[in-house]
Amino acid sequence: MTVLLSTRGLTKRFDGLLAVSDVDLDLTAGDVHALIGPNGAGKTTLVGMICGRIAPTAGSVTFDGRDITTLPAHKRIGLGMAYTFQITSVFAGLSVRENVALAARGQPVQGDQVDRAVCAALDKVGLSDRAQEVAGNLSYGHQRLLEIAMGLAQAPRLLILDEPTQGLSDGEIARFTALIEGLRGHTTVLLIEHNMRVVWEVADRVTVLNFGEVLAEGTPEDIHENRAVQAAYLGTG
Amino acid sequence: MSRDTARILALHGGLLVLLFVAQFVLPAYHHGNLARIMVLASYAIGYNILFGYTGLLSLGHALFFAAGMYGMGLGIQHGGLSPAPALLAGVVAGAVVSGALALLALRTTGVAFMIVTLMFAQAGYLTILYFGDYTRGDEGFVLQTAQRMLWGIDLSDPTNRYFAAFTLFALCLCLSLWLVRAPFGRVLVAIRENEDRVQMLGYDTHAHKLAAMVISGTISAAAGAAYGLLFGYVGASFGSVQYSILPLLWVLLGGAGTVLGPFIGALFMFYLIDLSSGLTAAYMLIAGVVLVVLTLFAPQGLVGELRRRFWKGLP
Repeated sequence: MTVLLSTRGLTKRFDGLLAVSDVDLDLTAGDVHALIGPNGAGKTTLVGMICGRIAPTAGSVTFDGRDITTLPAHKRIGLGMAYTFQITSVFAGLSVRENVALAARGQPVQGDQVDRAVCAALDKVGLSDRAQEVAGNLSYGHQRLLEIAMGLAQAPRLLILDEPTQGLSDGEIARFTALIEGLRGHTTVLLIEHNMRVVWEVADRVTVLNFGEVLAEGTPEDIHENRAVQAAYLGTG
Repeated sequence: MSRDTARILALHGGLLVLLFVAQFVLPAYHHGNLARIMVLASYAIGYNILFGYTGLLSLGHALFFAAGMYGMGLGIQHGGLSPAPALLAGVVAGAVVSGALALLALRTTGVAFMIVTLMFAQAGYLTILYFGDYTRGDEGFVLQTAQRMLWGIDLSDPTNRYFAAFTLFALCLCLSLWLVRAPFGRVLVAIRENEDRVQMLGYDTHAHKLAAMVISGTISAAAGAAYGLLFGYVGASFGSVQYSILPLLWVLLGGAGTVLGPFIGALFMFYLIDLSSGLTAAYMLIAGVVLVVLTLFAPQGLVGELRRRFWKGLP
């Protein structure tokens, strides 16, 4: 099994606060890898360092065998990463279609392919009939879906989703898990998720962060039975 | 061609046709005014690319306007150039100056960007005064009729001047319309809305802002060079802070981030001052009140308001 992305000793210190400490993480190509942990565990900081939004204090990031630790964010995206924001960050003043088209055009595809990628991405999240609407007028849940559609339109090799199901209805969550199932095998997914039902349903591997450190890693079953994780995060029940 | 594209072309093309026809029917006074407004509107179009579409508020565009004007003027006065290469020299000067300033100023954002551009423009203004032996400082210098013959066309003649101003304006308008509808322009708008997000879509936002500033500065310089050549005067006042504020006002009044806004804003402001100064010596008071009222009731500018109410897809 090939490793698509790995981090070694990845550390981020904000002044006195150690947000992420010495994290070694390996993502196997084609897997859905969930990253869980209590609020403030350092999940968003960790993926921020992976995709280049935050410069690490120490450690390295390797993507597809290449050290990308010092590469700026837009070049990492060019290598085939996509990142969807935890705080909905769509272009509120532009149409839904234009939002997704911007995502698609960021890749080296042009012309008809852009249109096709836009339609396919909107179709997958179920927003096709709202393509002409101004993104800012969508409901919160639909803006979350648009965010995911933008990630899909980038046709990434590694899709990083930061709490994608936050604020989605049950029906939308079901649609989302089906969508992730559809990506399995050809797109590697790194999923930060609070909804444990989603994690157990879609994840191949789970990494648990606590106070910036890796507390445990394994299959969902391993994690489910891990006492340290239960104590730290899931409660004792 | 989609229906929307057809309507957009009809509107912008319609304005150009109107301006073309206007010169045959307008009385001499307004004819002259309109020529001046078209050149100033071209300057505002340049400003709008950076401010209206990319969301970068520069307070130093007079530097680019003056770079074009002096690149052209000094080329004629001291370099012995004829108008065509002199115009080119002005445009190149603007491109070089805006590129250099962009490299420095784009290291900052927000208020710091405004201050850095303002300071460099002031430095440029003082440089013009400092080299008074060549630039004649505040007094400036006049370009003689003989120095203003472009390919045998006398640019001091009102009709020729109108045509030249119209040509410049039409070029700038079409360029701006094309640019903001092209993928490059869409990215600029996205940068204005949320730069962080654009970067995470794989775009080099710094390179895009750099290009936007050079395009903006170059168009402004072209307007500055044309202004000097068409009206026969090159002076330091065009490099003063007032000429950095004016395009901001025109664009805000007309509608930032609209293709027609710069022209409407420049036209409106020109005639507002022209008409109110005919009524009273305190014309700035009238102009000021009108501007305040407009800002209150049409905060997105005249064309911006039109877009908000009637035509969402207006570029």
